[in-house]
Amino acid sequence: MSDDHNHLPELPGDDALDAHTGHGGELVPEEPIANPGLPEHEWRPTDVDPNAEKRAERQVAGLFALSAVCAVLFVVSYFAFQINGGGGGQTVDTVFGLGASNVALGASLGFALLFIGIGLIQWARKLMSDHEIVEMRHPARSSDEDRAETLRVLDLGVEESGITRRPLIRNSLLGAVGILLAPAVVMLKDLGKTNAQIEANPPYPGAGLEHTVWDTGMRVVRDVVGTPIRPGDLEIGDLLNAEPEIVFEVGDDGKPVLEGVSLQVAKSKGAVVLVRMDPDDNKPGPGRENWAVDGILCYSKICTHVGCPISLNERKTHHLLCPCHQSTFDLADAAKVVFGPAARPLPQLPLMVNDEGYLVAQSDFKEPVGPSYWERDSQQSTSK
Amino acid sequence: MTSPLGFLNRSAGRLSRHRRRPIAGLLLLMLGLVLTGTLYAAFAPSSTADSAKSDDELAAQGRKLFLVGCAFCHGQNGEGVSTQDGNQLGPSLVGVGSAAVDFQVGTGRMPAVQPGAQNPTKPVTYTDDEIAALAAYVASLGPGPAVPDPSDYSLAGLSEKEREEAVARGGQIFLTNCTACHNFAGKGGAMPRGGYAPNLSDTSAKHIYEALLTGPGQMDTFSNGNLSPEEKRDVIAYLYSLREQPQYGGFDLGGMGPVSEGLFAWIVGIGSLVGFATWIAAHTARSSRKKEEAAA
Repeated sequence: MSDDHNHLPELPGDDALDAHTGHGGELVPEEPIANPGLPEHEWRPTDVDPNAEKRAERQVAGLFALSAVCAVLFVVSYFAFQINGGGGGQTVDTVFGLGASNVALGASLGFALLFIGIGLIQWARKLMSDHEIVEMRHPARSSDEDRAETLRVLDLGVEESGITRRPLIRNSLLGAVGILLAPAVVMLKDLGKTNAQIEANPPYPGAGLEHTVWDTGMRVVRDVVGTPIRPGDLEIGDLLNAEPEIVFEVGDDGKPVLEGVSLQVAKSKGAVVLVRMDPDDNKPGPGRENWAVDGILCYSKICTHVGCPISLNERKTHHLLCPCHQSTFDLADAAKVVFGPAARPLPQLPLMVNDEGYLVAQSDFKEPVGPSYWERDSQQSTSK
Repeated sequence: MTSPLGFLNRSAGRLSRHRRRPIAGLLLLMLGLVLTGTLYAAFAPSSTADSAKSDDELAAQGRKLFLVGCAFCHGQNGEGVSTQDGNQLGPSLVGVGSAAVDFQVGTGRMPAVQPGAQNPTKPVTYTDDEIAALAAYVASLGPGPAVPDPSDYSLAGLSEKEREEAVARGGQIFLTNCTACHNFAGKGGAMPRGGYAPNLSDTSAKHIYEALLTGPGQMDTFSNGNLSPEEKRDVIAYLYSLREQPQYGGFDLGGMGPVSEGLFAWIVGIGSLVGFATWIAAHTARSSRKKEEAAA
């Protein structure tokens, strides 16, 4: 192994200086301080001490061995730990209240990778050769010859293709590329029907942006359990998350009335919150005087900002707060926005009591639920 | 005689030589005590009669406690106190029911230390008997939800399968009705104007049930017509199952979602990456020795 440390490139000093002085005829003054050059290279302990070198070698090999041990531990713990809890009398192995399998798998795989990484870096830092390399800066601009040559090649291409001499070919190419836009535009049709087309021929109840599955006489039922509600069930201060009954309805054939997309659409657009407040607290909007039943009010649960479901209610202030962006609606004041980015009040569902004494909808919502969309003026409000 | 019971020995003396033994005085004392105790138990009013004190007596006892500990804010008849500029010092307790008292006093929220956005839980001030008396008094002010019976919320009678069903149903009910404020893991969350929805990890089944019934603070009520007693029990079963569940994914970092997880990822995760990067780019140790010296 040579002790010469001759990997430094030549400093571009002499030639450049000579060229400069020769060019303008003016002498560049001598540098006031002599160039000290680069400091002498200092060797690492592992370069000069064979014992240190051996130690580092063993260290790196040891790290790789540790990684191998961890990889084996991963395989062992994959089979060793019980992960099926719940029924069948099986229990989940835990360690410090954590799932033992997850902890063991994560830790062993993590350390296996980490030890390989540490070993590689340690190898590079302590044992791989210790060159110091200097790369001098050079101007970013290409040389004049290169630039001239590039332009010449371009001109030659134009000349040889004859594109300037044959306008028929040029124009037909431009036309062909331009007409390629047509397939792309036509495929936009697959985005779906327009709202007007859906409204004209609804594929399932409540389709389209302006309607929901709510209809005259449809019972309001508790979400999750699907039980209908009598006004007397609720006390002042109660809040109830509800859905239209059709979401839980089962047809004569024993199958749910709504399934798949139509079920999800009905649930997501029809979700409502019911609150019962002191009727004196309520300040119904114009034309909504008979929309409440004994202080029970029903509002869409879908925020008019970007459509998060809301049920974070403050009982005393009747403020319903959206967790996404803190839009706050005053349920005692026709769900007017009192804070936050929402532009429109929550749509209110007019309630009444049917012959059997259950809460039902008087009709669908009088305005589209959920966030604003293109055709809709988000500032316009039908409620206030 | 050096025994402090010597006088007994002397007074009991001369009857028998056995009575002169030092132990005799002690035995006599024990006999007297046992007799007295037995007689008292036989003739004194029994303690069962005491606990079955009529509601009126309990309410009267509760009223005394109320006047000392609660009336300053809630008024001498529980009618509530408002300041002149309309701030409410303490709300009216007419019709809140005994469940509200058992919850507020039993979790240490009441008596309040100071007015504020929300009263925190703290060590309970009153004994169970005193809480029962206070509850009886407040219940006498107007009809309201009563302290639930343990059979309403107990999960003891359920078979393994029933319990699993209760947990599944309760989970859905919880995720629909409660997570908006209490977070999906029941860890609570912030509310407007300095309030907060409390963490439910340590709340007892009874207090969860009472909170559902009475709606403490800004919480909505979930009366039995709204959420049936079985559904309430299911919610409790779900919350209890969360406590027993091992954390498969590792530490839950408070179960607060992206806030604590993001904090951990940015500080610990990216911090350790920066640490490794610094180590990788750091200068290695250098020796002042030259190769020639080492070879020499």
